[in-house]
Amino acid sequence: MKITKGVVISEPGSTALEETGSWRTFRPEIRYEKCIRCMICWNYCPEPAIEKKPGEEYPVANQKLIKMPVPVINYQYCKGCGICVNECPTKAIDFVREEK
Amino acid sequence: MNYEDMEFFAPGHRACAGCAAPIIVKWVLKLAGPNTIVVNATGCLEVFSTPYPHSAWRLPWIHVAFENASATASGIEAALKAMGKKEGTNIIVFGGDGGTSDIGIQSLSGMAERGHDVLYVLYDNEAYMNTGIQRSSSTPFGAWTTTSQVGPSKPLGKEEFKKPIADIMAAHKIPYVATANPAFLPDFKAKVQKALSIKGPKFIHTISSCTTGWRHDPSKTIEIMRLATETGIFPLWEIENGDFGHRKITYMPKQRKPVEEYLKPQGRFRHLFSEPEKIKEIQKMVDDWWAQYEHPQ
Amino acid sequence: MPMMMLKGNESTAYAAKLARVKVVPAYPITPSTVFPEKVSELIANGEMDAEFLPVESEHSALSAAIGAAATGVRTMTATASQGLAFMNEILYIASGMRLPIVMAIGNRALAAPVNIWADQQDTMMVRDSGWIHFYAETNQEALDLTIIAFKVSENENVLLPALMGMDAFVLTHTMEPVNVPEQKDVDAFLGEKEINYPVLDPSKPATFGAFVFPEHYMEFRYSQYIAMEHAKKVIDDAFEQFNKIFGRGYSKVSGFQVEDADILFITMGSMTGTARETVRKLREEGEKVGLVKITVFRPFPKDEIIEITKNAKVIAVVDRNISPGFAGAIFTEVAASFTNVKNRPKIIDFILGLGGRDIRVENYEEIYKRSKKAMRGKFEEVQWIDVDEESVKEVEGSL
Repeated sequence: MKITKGVVISEPGSTALEETGSWRTFRPEIRYEKCIRCMICWNYCPEPAIEKKPGEEYPVANQKLIKMPVPVINYQYCKGCGICVNECPTKAIDFVREEK
Repeated sequence: MNYEDMEFFAPGHRACAGCAAPIIVKWVLKLAGPNTIVVNATGCLEVFSTPYPHSAWRLPWIHVAFENASATASGIEAALKAMGKKEGTNIIVFGGDGGTSDIGIQSLSGMAERGHDVLYVLYDNEAYMNTGIQRSSSTPFGAWTTTSQVGPSKPLGKEEFKKPIADIMAAHKIPYVATANPAFLPDFKAKVQKALSIKGPKFIHTISSCTTGWRHDPSKTIEIMRLATETGIFPLWEIENGDFGHRKITYMPKQRKPVEEYLKPQGRFRHLFSEPEKIKEIQKMVDDWWAQYEHPQ
Repeated sequence: MPMMMLKGNESTAYAAKLARVKVVPAYPITPSTVFPEKVSELIANGEMDAEFLPVESEHSALSAAIGAAATGVRTMTATASQGLAFMNEILYIASGMRLPIVMAIGNRALAAPVNIWADQQDTMMVRDSGWIHFYAETNQEALDLTIIAFKVSENENVLLPALMGMDAFVLTHTMEPVNVPEQKDVDAFLGEKEINYPVLDPSKPATFGAFVFPEHYMEFRYSQYIAMEHAKKVIDDAFEQFNKIFGRGYSKVSGFQVEDADILFITMGSMTGTARETVRKLREEGEKVGLVKITVFRPFPKDEIIEITKNAKVIAVVDRNISPGFAGAIFTEVAASFTNVKNRPKIIDFILGLGGRDIRVENYEEIYKRSKKAMRGKFEEVQWIDVDEESVKEVEGSL
């Protein structure tokens, strides 16, 4: 058991060790061929469970966008709130029921 | 330095799915950067972000109690000054509507009056959500909560008006007061940046949807907050140095949407739809507020 | 070392200056108001280098002190009575966060009825808050114990806040000659303040005041309990070191004419002077009476009390406070100390001096008379001294 004097937590950001993805009943899935890499989903992910990654390796809606970063969902944390699905301007994020 | 791509608020925290508070927090911190100390009033945010032995905070963070975040921040500022380390360090307080408009208003007012260099960010989810949706002074007129119940003898829900906390803070004549909505992100970011560039007490009132208490689908968080501003219920403005005569409206809706559009998707207002005159009353309140800005004399 | 004529509140303000306190958040309340006034004056005169925070309440005073201490500076405040009651929530947080804050208290009665005079109910109310408690008999002690409080609080085996109580008006507002130590000696005693605990620092982000579940909470409480146990020795060491530098000795409990005494008064705070005078007088009359003064109330000096009273037949505890439904707080502690002691003395609680009623030699003589009677026979465990029982009987009826 870890006890510190004065209840101080000296590992900043350590909730990242936890897994809130198990809360999900619906799973957002980005269809990159429709994604315009606007990052609105990244802006609004409350976890944040959407990471900005280099985009060269991902399918792209328009070749002009290939150099832009893409949003990638980290399912360890995604609780499946669906904000990204709702806010996506090109409806590029599907929301599918988790099969457990 | 631009820290927008850095996350100072880690995932794995225990906010409900669709909670707006972490969206507000992550953006404020991205704009503040690493040279920041955060003070948190008791509330959902404090509880869901620090489940010992873990913490979502990648910046120094302190929680003391419910009503004293502003006093704690005052002490931190004084200590930094005494050590000659204040220059360049942001002190940011996050408080909910309970910790800000109700139990914490005394220490907030004291901090503002004494002029401490602190940015106070209210995340207003319009009820005591941490204890399970009890009404606060910030709960809007007509909203159901577990202590403004709706029944045959009380058809309205909350019968009192929302306390205008941002106006109250502006009346302190502090350098900067603004309302902000994460659904209007560029405006939100500009206000946080502006606040951080000003010395002295700053207050930003952000709207923060609570899917549990407002009773809407978690995916609608941003959409509903956007409607709050598009209907004119949550106007976006700023006031500098208490100059109410120059309240700057930072988002002027071309045509305000009817309030029903905001009320309808939220379970907390469902009962109002059998009291149509109450919806008219809400519309009138909103219209009255906007009259001076849409049709200035 | 200069002798100065100082009020109790000024003594603690000078202690703050000599301890090089960096942040003083305070809210005025009678009888502590002179403390923030004096600090404000010392800063204005350039005699003290600190940030003074004229906060809007006692609750905020201690909250700001927590913010300052958590940022890594020495911090002190002062309050009394209602102000301390208002701080109550934050007292527990300061000790739970293990922040070495020092607070001077002008011991004063609690309302209702409202009363601003000497009474120790206020600090007894916060007995369980995890703060170290010192009590001064004189203004010299008020100054010395405040400096000692920093030494103890900041010890890495302790890291607990400390309060230093002095009776309202009797000490807070009464001028006494006080030997004000030299800055270099206080510096030598306290040392360069080394921050020996984690602080709010952007270069080393840490989380303070996290939410703790049942699986960890009890260990944190146990941790505080152990720290307070450590404080026992740390306090002794600090007293010894203080004596070496300043030539003034302190101990958690101190006796006067205890060796052959059948009856011992136990006192705390300014009431001790009158008790000592009474002991002298009664000794001249051939009575075997003595006195034990409590200087440290938390951690409670249980072993020292058992040891120093080992020859006594009756212990007469003098309580300037009352817990309705039982007894005074010091009686509770003294009586509990003897729970597992075989040959224990009779222990009687005498309640007196509440709300600033003068404590006179005659009161102690009455206590002595009753204790002597109790030595041979039955006695009431809790007895009120110098109270108009008849008038109360008329309203409340008889027991």
